[in-house]
Amino acid sequence: MYRYDEFDHDYVRARVSEFRDQTQRRIDGALTEDEYKPLRLQNGLYLQLHAYMLRVAIPYGTLNSRQMRTLAMIAERWDEGYGHFTTRQNIQYNWTRLTDVGDILDALADVEMHAIQTSGNCIRNVTADHFAGAAADEIEDPRPTAELIRQWSTAHPEFAFLPRKFKVAVTGSPNDRAVTKAHDIGLRMLRNAAGEAGYEVIVGGGLGRTPMIGKVIRDFLPKDDLLPYLEAILRVYNLHGRRDNKYKARIKILVHETGIEDMRAQVEAEFERQMHEEGGPLVAPDPVQVARIESYFAPPAFEVLPDRSETLEVAMANDAALKTWVENNTSDHRASGHAIVTVAIKGTGEAPGDATTAQMRVLATLGERYSHDELRISHEQNVILPHVRKDDLPAIFSALRKAGLASANAGLITDIIACPGLDYCALATARSIPVAQDLSRRFAAPERAAAIGNFTIKISGCINACGHHHVGHVGILGLEKSGIENYQITLGGDHTETMAVGERAGPGISAEEVGPAIERLVDAYLDTRVDETERFIDTYRRIGAEPFRQALYAA
Amino acid sequence: MARNFKPSIVSANDLHIGDVVYMNSGGGWTRKLAEAAIAHTAEEGETLMARAAPQQAKVVGPYLADVALDDDGRPFPTHFRERFRTRGPSTRPDLGKQSANPERREPLAASGGI
Repeated sequence: MYRYDEFDHDYVRARVSEFRDQTQRRIDGALTEDEYKPLRLQNGLYLQLHAYMLRVAIPYGTLNSRQMRTLAMIAERWDEGYGHFTTRQNIQYNWTRLTDVGDILDALADVEMHAIQTSGNCIRNVTADHFAGAAADEIEDPRPTAELIRQWSTAHPEFAFLPRKFKVAVTGSPNDRAVTKAHDIGLRMLRNAAGEAGYEVIVGGGLGRTPMIGKVIRDFLPKDDLLPYLEAILRVYNLHGRRDNKYKARIKILVHETGIEDMRAQVEAEFERQMHEEGGPLVAPDPVQVARIESYFAPPAFEVLPDRSETLEVAMANDAALKTWVENNTSDHRASGHAIVTVAIKGTGEAPGDATTAQMRVLATLGERYSHDELRISHEQNVILPHVRKDDLPAIFSALRKAGLASANAGLITDIIACPGLDYCALATARSIPVAQDLSRRFAAPERAAAIGNFTIKISGCINACGHHHVGHVGILGLEKSGIENYQITLGGDHTETMAVGERAGPGISAEEVGPAIERLVDAYLDTRVDETERFIDTYRRIGAEPFRQALYAA
Repeated sequence: MARNFKPSIVSANDLHIGDVVYMNSGGGWTRKLAEAAIAHTAEEGETLMARAAPQQAKVVGPYLADVALDDDGRPFPTHFRERFRTRGPSTRPDLGKQSANPERREPLAASGGI
């Protein structure tokens, strides 16, 4: 894991001190809300429906046990005993007091964390594959790249006031778990014919009110050229991105209106200009610093183990629940005899991504004891133990079961993404969490969920799409219609490397109708699929939307 | 215009903790919608907002919100967003105004009122 150097420590402490002072001046009346609001947003502090919300950055979703314990301590000491893991791999506290913010940020700084650039029209917290450094299918660990981008973009003066917020995601695997095509910039690590590592650069993706799938602007970018190339993209965007209309201000609109060919020509011209600057590009990273960053992400010393664990096999033979959990919630690890564990923060009837103080502490202990002191937050609002010995899976499952964290539903229909919605969010037009809770209860039976197989439901409480509804196999968008909550259903979305934006199925339906409608849709899928290996998205692509529309609106 | 004006109250968030507050008839702030001053005309609404505007050191983002009145003349929300603001998260009855002890998060300047 990355460790702060002296500069990092000093910078974060200075920012805390500065923001503490700004907050005190707001409390004293020296700053108006108009003056204070951009300052608090740049430090991750929002005002929501019932209270302030603090969004804490978890860079590329990676944290250690000490950091997780601090997140738990903050929830216990200054909040309401829980935190909300988000679709951007961050954590949000929903009940922050203004007078506590300085202390919270100092506590975060103690463990090399902060809330900088988790809001505002700047380059936001960089996200990455939550299986980074562990996945069997990985070409290269994306986190050194993500960390390099974090350092380059933090407090970058030229990009502090972009036309709109800017999000970057990085994956090191051909199987895209980082939703790269729905980001302002997506980076997919690959190797060229000569075996050299580099990136496919994708630009102009995004969800929100105008969903767009990112377009490839560069097929292969050598690793050393990354920062000058990113700088070139940001410069073209900063110059030409629309500032007259916030709904048309994201780079996806610029790419769409300019055309990818013209956009590419402008970016390449700026890139070439930088590369031929006297003395080389200003943002070329120092190889010593790059090596330092990479050294922090060196893989742990994995034990050499046979891939098959007799301990696990015996335990599974005696415990069907363990067997189901292992089948659904573990993934292939690069090291023999190891596995990646997905801890689903998706208990039946619970709010997706909400973890209590006690649960966070259990996760910290498990990370420390069994996963080389590493944890990850996934964009699917789950917690990952990335480096676990298969021999230890029974003990981990047992501990998770005691903590109410043993839902065996990773990737299944109840592994639902939901934004906070109108239960918390000031921007929301309808609630998300109760819809997720209802669906999680309807499909709670493990046998039924297993029979349905891989099925993604993603729920957003407004058009801003924090719940990624456009790219759910089934997307649910909460809106207001004539003074009541109303939900639009989209079908056929896909968040992976085969990304697709879901199609709107038809008129919106009431909150009470959503659950029965999705049940009818699922029944139609089960009746129609070729066999159990055909996922819902495959059936949808084979037969189209019409049979599912009929099922949704059959009542 | 005046004929279409609906009874309204001024709502905002407590500067210190973000709790939902309402302007009362004394020009101060209360946590309870039932204690809110009601504007029955556009002019009365403007007057309430004019009283709220200089109170930036106490509250954030004051605005006029429509209400309906029950038989006793007490206000209740007409929009579901405002209804949630009078209670708290619908999924967490233990939190917010609907909780057993809604004042435990303090301010309303720790209870001398604002």
